Amino acid sequence: MPACQRCTTARAALKRPKTGESVCKACFYLAFETEIHETITTNHLFRRGEKVAIGASGGKDSTVLAHVLHLLNQRYDYGLDLVLLSVDEGITGYRDDSLATVQRNQVQYGLPLKIVSYGDLYGWTMDEIVAQVGLKNNCTFCGVFRRQALDRGAVLLGVDHIVTGHNADDIAETVLMNILRGDIARLQRCTSILNNNDGTIKRSKPFKYTYEKEIVMYAYFKNLDYFSTECIYAPQAYRGYARTFLKDLEAIRPSAILDIIHSGEAFAAPSDPPSAKTTAAPAHAHGEKPAQRDAGECERCGYMSSQRVCKACVLLEGLNRGLPRLGIGKTDRLRRRHNLHEATSPETLGRTIEHMANVRLEAARASPAAAASPPTPPPPAGAAGVGVGEPSTALSAPSAAAATARGVGVANNDAPRLASRGALMEL
Amino acid sequence: MVSLELRFSGGMELLFGGTKAVTVDVPLKAGAATMRDLLPWMRDHLLKERPELFMDGDSVRPGILVLINDADWELEGDLEYALKASDEIVFISTLHGG
Repeated sequence: MPACQRCTTARAALKRPKTGESVCKACFYLAFETEIHETITTNHLFRRGEKVAIGASGGKDSTVLAHVLHLLNQRYDYGLDLVLLSVDEGITGYRDDSLATVQRNQVQYGLPLKIVSYGDLYGWTMDEIVAQVGLKNNCTFCGVFRRQALDRGAVLLGVDHIVTGHNADDIAETVLMNILRGDIARLQRCTSILNNNDGTIKRSKPFKYTYEKEIVMYAYFKNLDYFSTECIYAPQAYRGYARTFLKDLEAIRPSAILDIIHSGEAFAAPSDPPSAKTTAAPAHAHGEKPAQRDAGECERCGYMSSQRVCKACVLLEGLNRGLPRLGIGKTDRLRRRHNLHEATSPETLGRTIEHMANVRLEAARASPAAAASPPTPPPPAGAAGVGVGEPSTALSAPSAAAATARGVGVANNDAPRLASRGALMEL
Repeated sequence: MVSLELRFSGGMELLFGGTKAVTVDVPLKAGAATMRDLLPWMRDHLLKERPELFMDGDSVRPGILVLINDADWELEGDLEYALKASDEIVFISTLHGG
């Protein structure tokens, strides 16, 4: 029974993978928290007064992140206004259970919670999407929809910054996968701790250097309440292999995790992102448009997009037209074959995503102080992007009722599902 | 026989029929038998599905954390730890979504 190498008195409870040190619980807590604080300060992640949303899934990483940020915000007086932001993908038996965990966290830490749901935003839950597209490309839909859902939730909350629980193991795994796929653009992005440049809300990963083992041990020793079940729709076979490989390496040499992150950074360093983006030939091969627009907006929903129509809108159009491959395979070829123009009239699109201008208006109305910049008026009625049959004053009670009446909010009536468009505004 | 308290969390319980904690009398000799003996016994007698997600070679699959009496088993000699009566052994999966 070895003693702690730091305090030399208490019984060691953990061998730290990062340093090989044997530490007791109290010394582990302090080291764990202090290192995250140092990551935050060294990388200037936060500004005093910032409103920060913690992307909360109810899993181990975001649960520990919420706990630690809440604690550090008090201990070091960061002056942050913290909120929890969750996405309800509409996966029965998975996300509804994990959201119940987030709701307990909300109470434990006294942080406000906002849940945005795919059903409300897109008119499709993941259950419904999988019923149409099957299990092959469903993660593409989920990934694109989640990113935009978080950003839209953040705009509604008047948030300046979204933090996520990605840990060192996750990032090392992503580095490996991007190398295996030769995806240089993503390789450059995936190691950065702070993204603050492409017109979306600032995002950061305070756990970039934090080992998964320590996150799990911290949660276990502190009795933190988290949810652990694999998504029922994500076989993640490829990532699974990368993960197993990484864990095997870590078992032999724990520093492998940080070494791989450093490798990713070293690969990324020589060329700067813009030149890589325009000169990389493979972009063309993947069916992307050669002429990309800089930080433009989607002409349908106003979300930041380098294309005329953002990925989420194309995917949604595919779902609504019963052509789910529209946003996945050769979009241009499918459009030609089915005679579907990108600049098609909104009436034929079915349900579209609410225009960002409306979302900003909603946010401004809910809390004038929260709106960072004066909202721009929404485009005139009938213009592309405004939801068909959706009044632009989407917040009136009748419209919330309509959202519910459309069955958009899913079967189950428990609290997470109440995030109808009306309920979205309650915070 | 050695009586042990086994606990499963972080998704590990899914492999053991949803059991989070179980007290078992294991037909092994206290003081002589080690974790190296316990793991295959658990696989053959307690595990309900997918043995490849529990063991890899003669140890647990990398990514599964083990605690013996509330301490990281890496501090206790991992596979060579000699089992004692009433030991509490916890298995936590880190392989499940965050």
